Amino acid sequence: MIDLYLIRDIVSWALMLAGGLAVVSGAIGLVRFPDFFTRLHAAGVTDTAGAELIILGMMLQSPTWLHVAKLAFIGAFLFLTSPVATHAIAHAAWMTGFKPMQGPDLRYEGDGK
Amino acid sequence: MGRFLILVLALAGLWLLLSGYFDKPLLLAFGAGSVLFAAYLARRAGILDHDSVPARLFPGVLGYWMWLGGEIGKANMIVIRHALAVEPKLSPKLFLVPNPPKSTVGKATFANSITLTPGTVSVDLREDAILVHALTEELADVAAITDMGVRVAKIEGRG
Repeated sequence: MIDLYLIRDIVSWALMLAGGLAVVSGAIGLVRFPDFFTRLHAAGVTDTAGAELIILGMMLQSPTWLHVAKLAFIGAFLFLTSPVATHAIAHAAWMTGFKPMQGPDLRYEGDGK
Repeated sequence: MGRFLILVLALAGLWLLLSGYFDKPLLLAFGAGSVLFAAYLARRAGILDHDSVPARLFPGVLGYWMWLGGEIGKANMIVIRHALAVEPKLSPKLFLVPNPPKSTVGKATFANSITLTPGTVSVDLREDAILVHALTEELADVAAITDMGVRVAKIEGRG
């Protein structure tokens, strides 16, 4: 008989490692990308793939269904609120006249209007 | 009255699952009291409308979220590849996409979906368009983003 607990552990480890990799990639991108708006995109990786994959991995390790439900709520609320925060920051930067770099040569010019 | 009942049921479900008290009558009574009080305050404040309790989105939005999850996964791979590339080839771009949904909830859902997809962030909401910033030329796919908006418009139109 196949050991279900072993399979569960393998899948949840894979999910958590993938989530951890996404968080680290997001952090690396945050440092390496050239300007404010491109850095927002790197932070988006941490928000979505990173957080949700780690939460999925934790769900598989939960002792009871109640914990699964609570983790599902955390995931759902992150899913609904993180874009609001990102948009608030991006919109605030735009409204104060902060213009993004554009084009393959990353120049500050033209405001897209 | 329909919205009031839906809000009460949703809050009661949230309270039950977060607290986990299924067999303690005193605490259950306190929970029921606080749920009813919160719903009464929401009604008294006059904020029980299609924006705060978007019940009509509900059967359809679940399928949309599944689809959106797949799109987010694909976009994540692209952004991670750029973040880890030896020499990232970025070509950031600002562009306008049309905003097909009619209701405020639909517009907000669409704008949030754009932001939630890594590589694109909605920067400014205009009357009938959204200003989007994309990380690369390849991610600045107006047709694909508009298709996302059409899907949102389909859900909000239901019911």
